[in-house]
Amino acid sequence: MADMERINTPVETAIAEHFAGAKAVLPGDAGARETAFARFAEAGLPHRRVEEWKYTDLRSVMREAAPLAPALADDDAVAALEASPWFAGIEAARIAIANGHVVASASDFADLPEGVSLETTAQALASGHPDLAALGAIPEASENIAYALNSAFMSDGVVIRVAAGTKVETPLHLRFVITGDSAVATATRTLVIVEKGASVTLLESHDSADDVAHQPNNVVEIVAEDETEIAHFRIDGHGSGAQALSTLTAHLGAHVAFDTLNMIARPGLVRHQVFMTFAGEHSKGGVRGATMLGERQHADTTLFVNHVAPHCESRELFKTALDGNATGVFQGRIAVAKEAQKTDGQMMSAAVLLSDGATMNNKPELEIFADDVLCAHGATCGELDDDLLFYLMARGIPRPEAEALLIESFLGETVEEAVDETDEAMREALMGVARTWLAARG
Amino acid sequence: MPAVQETIDRVKEIDVDQYKYGFETIIEMEKAPKGLNEDIIRFISAKKNEPEWMLEWRLDAYRRWLTMQEPDWARVNYPKIDFNDLYYYAAPKSNEAPKSLDEVDPEILKTYEKLGIPLREQEMLAGIAPENRVAVDAVFDSVSVATTFKKELAEAGVIFCSISEAVHEHPELVKKYLGTVVPKSDNFYASLNSAVFTDGSFVYVPPGVRCPMELSTYFRINEKETGQFERTLIIADKGSYVSYLEGCTAPQRDENQLHAAVVELVALDDAEIKYSTVQNWYPGDAQGKGGIYNFVTKRGDCRGKNSIITWTQVETGSAITWKYPSCILRGDGSRGEFYSIAVSNGRQQIDSGTKMIHLGKNTTSRIISKGISAGHSENTYRGLVSAHRKASGARNFTNCDSLLIGNNCGAHTVPYIESKNASARFEHEATTSKISDEQLFYVMQRGLDEEEAVALIVNGFVKDVLQKLPMEFAVEAQKLISISLEGSVG
Amino acid sequence: MLEIKNLVVEIEGNRILNGLDLTINNGEIAAIMGPNGSGKSTLSYVIAGKDEYEVLDGEIILDGQNVLEMDPAERAVAGVFLAFQYPLEIPGVATMTFLKAALNAQRKARGEAELTTPDFIKRVNEAAQKLAIPKEMLKRALNVGFSGGEKKRMEILQMALLEPRFCILDETDSGLDIDALRIAAEGVNALRSPDRSFLVITHYQRLLNYIVPDSVHVMAGGKIVKSGGKELALELEANGYADYKAQEAA
Repeated sequence: MADMERINTPVETAIAEHFAGAKAVLPGDAGARETAFARFAEAGLPHRRVEEWKYTDLRSVMREAAPLAPALADDDAVAALEASPWFAGIEAARIAIANGHVVASASDFADLPEGVSLETTAQALASGHPDLAALGAIPEASENIAYALNSAFMSDGVVIRVAAGTKVETPLHLRFVITGDSAVATATRTLVIVEKGASVTLLESHDSADDVAHQPNNVVEIVAEDETEIAHFRIDGHGSGAQALSTLTAHLGAHVAFDTLNMIARPGLVRHQVFMTFAGEHSKGGVRGATMLGERQHADTTLFVNHVAPHCESRELFKTALDGNATGVFQGRIAVAKEAQKTDGQMMSAAVLLSDGATMNNKPELEIFADDVLCAHGATCGELDDDLLFYLMARGIPRPEAEALLIESFLGETVEEAVDETDEAMREALMGVARTWLAARG
Repeated sequence: MPAVQETIDRVKEIDVDQYKYGFETIIEMEKAPKGLNEDIIRFISAKKNEPEWMLEWRLDAYRRWLTMQEPDWARVNYPKIDFNDLYYYAAPKSNEAPKSLDEVDPEILKTYEKLGIPLREQEMLAGIAPENRVAVDAVFDSVSVATTFKKELAEAGVIFCSISEAVHEHPELVKKYLGTVVPKSDNFYASLNSAVFTDGSFVYVPPGVRCPMELSTYFRINEKETGQFERTLIIADKGSYVSYLEGCTAPQRDENQLHAAVVELVALDDAEIKYSTVQNWYPGDAQGKGGIYNFVTKRGDCRGKNSIITWTQVETGSAITWKYPSCILRGDGSRGEFYSIAVSNGRQQIDSGTKMIHLGKNTTSRIISKGISAGHSENTYRGLVSAHRKASGARNFTNCDSLLIGNNCGAHTVPYIESKNASARFEHEATTSKISDEQLFYVMQRGLDEEEAVALIVNGFVKDVLQKLPMEFAVEAQKLISISLEGSVG
Repeated sequence: MLEIKNLVVEIEGNRILNGLDLTINNGEIAAIMGPNGSGKSTLSYVIAGKDEYEVLDGEIILDGQNVLEMDPAERAVAGVFLAFQYPLEIPGVATMTFLKAALNAQRKARGEAELTTPDFIKRVNEAAQKLAIPKEMLKRALNVGFSGGEKKRMEILQMALLEPRFCILDETDSGLDIDALRIAAEGVNALRSPDRSFLVITHYQRLLNYIVPDSVHVMAGGKIVKSGGKELALELEANGYADYKAQEAA
């Protein structure tokens, strides 16, 4: 099988053509792009026979390779950004990225919080910024095809550094939008280096036009030095036509507290990958997500949580609500290396199927090489609990409302766990995604 | 807990590395020439005096096999097997056609006695109540050498014989069911088996009959460089019941030997099949030299409504285990169960689990898997639970627990859970842990040494599954587990 | 007010109610007693509209309306309230959110204006105080981590807020100590009114010392086998259910 000649599909050929045209004009080291592209060229678009992509067959889903989007005119970018509602109620320093390019005029670069320095990825690549050496900290991510494609095509994004010991009170909000009637591809790379003892909250939101097969590929890499505290809340509001790939990597030092939460509602197709490595001792990492799908939508969340250092704790909680003919995928792998004694890893994926056409695929994995660990995973899928529905209805709450209440609380558990109890505004901003989806469900 | 004490005593008696079934029987054998081609298949078929249709079936399987790739997705590593460097047929020369046990070579009878499997019915009957009798089909390398209690079973209408005999005596049943659960193109090893299978057991339980005793097959690989490819087919007709057990051992050898069996179960309406395995093939030595490659396809088809198939396995042997006894829950209201204990030590590699495929309405399944890894072994649970569109009301509960003993082994859990039906309800839980220091301390404080304490706690860990085995096998299995873990502590 | 005629109910092919007749008047407190497995809880679920029960025959008329065609929410709006024997824990749904959703859903269905938040909070606090329910409890997710007694008091609180026409108390006394029982019973007694009726289901006579019934009905084998005044409860306490079980077997 391996020695068989790989046959290029028309889409793969088109991607190669796009690359040939783009590599000369994209900023930075063309050689590094060639290497990354070679990784893609060798493997091709992932398909169902590639284990990690078993449930998301890009080869059969991606019928066209959209061209890499050029930068938008400022007015168009601003209009698209204005239409993106996410985290509007949260006071934050905004960083706007439209069609894969930073929009300085719509960003708060002039008043970034104290201790935060920032450069665009385009500039950083062009100037050979030393921080870029921190990219690719997780080898398993670098092997990944979505990541490799991003490395080949990455055009912009931001490189952020949070100075040691700084407690950044104002969240940094990365606002991604894609607009336009004809499909485009984007490839953004964001790097956040949080120096020792610092803390920061990162918000990330995505919007793209409905019914257009935009192909965003976004990578966010977080390097958490020792004793840092980082919260990352992400809203995936891609449109019903989008085919979105996203990768988050989190490389954690010692005594780190890291939490990420991802809300996915109604995308055409999304694959969200999280690679989290515990490289230092006594760190805690939480990876959570709530996914809401209907129609023929497809969302795949794939995690690789790698415990390399001892005495760390990971918590993964994923909730999926599926309506219509939607497909939900959860793949979660917790690996514990021989040295990572006293690891405590707990992973849970729960799905509720609201219609007979829906499909849920769960693949939680444990891969353990250390003997003194406590690791567990659970996975459930089923309908809404009849007894709970009856209880609510017996109090006079009509069925649709009772269902909505139960679905909201089901999904809300992820937000409860990830967000500080006192941060009412943040909880509202995140739960708003669920409520909007439920309201649209009717 | 007398059983536990017995286990401990047994463990103490045995040196590290000792595999008690490792002896070899010296007997004259007849073999096919080494290698695999259509002539070898014709040779096997001719040896068995098979009808033309059976030969054609084999040849078709062989031609399909030639186009297939060896699977590489399991978490096991081994050097490439040269399928042309094996013997595909080996039979005791004296075993041309034994009419009764008296004609069976005494060396073979001795072998089974040494293994604790008496084949003489009168020996078996001594002091055993009729309901506790066990009928045995003994398979020695490529052929069935004896099947006991055939007469009593025949009175009940139960057919229990070697599959070779069934091809002659009951061709209509074999034709109707063979390859309907595991098609000959199912997978690489199943196709290979379909081409070259030499013997195995055949069971048919007629409608409404409760099989009057436990049935069992005892597989023994004796000859060098010989693959064993047995094929078992069990059919439980409407409303019938049968409990079947297989045991396996092999001599201690430095080379690896291939065992690629296929087991097919068919349960019609309201029928129940219980299939238990105590697998103790030679696992290789502490350095990983030798041992059996156990690449087995086992599948049950709950074809009829309200049928039940239960797989219970205790896996302690083999250098490499690759097996996933599965249930296709086709009949409405049918039920599949899988209970497994997989113990790996030394350099053993296990990749095992089950598939529960819910096709019918209100089908239920239950999976309880206990993996214990010690030494330098790798132990993987791999399982699939799926509900198809029409499987409304399907239920599954899965529990996979892994225990690690020592810090050079691995324990892995890879479940696939796929639901396409809203009213299907699946629950899966898995844990990995070690024997807690507190537990060990508590037990040792009561006067047990560390090895005894581990044996005690491990027995507790696997208890849920042991209880699913027929009583006498449960005791045997418990001993096996402790012996397998011998030398893993400290 | 409530009239049950020839009610026949099965669950998964097993007949639980077998031609049950029962009439409860305005303002009446009726008690149903009976041995375990006589179908008492089934009756309460069927009146409230749980859907796994199959009603093969009969009718349940509340204020002239047959409720069997209604879903559970519609029945609640019509005035049926079931205090569950085992109230369900609903993680993630705050008690206050739930109470407000229920109260406003019922008001809306009756064409009444929704309560303002301050009005709502005032009402809840008043009712909670009477039942000795601490405010902390109201902040938690519904019934999650509540003790048995707390859950039962939460049921009575809901009853007080929703002001139903017809209340069913399903073994409200089970799992309660004597103090908790008294608080719950006082809560119920405070709700007694000429416009409201109660069906009190209990295995023991004890509860009826606190909630004194107007009528007592003995249930066995899926129907009412004897009816009488409150003295019937005392008689049962003294003699047990043995006679009725024998009757059931015959």
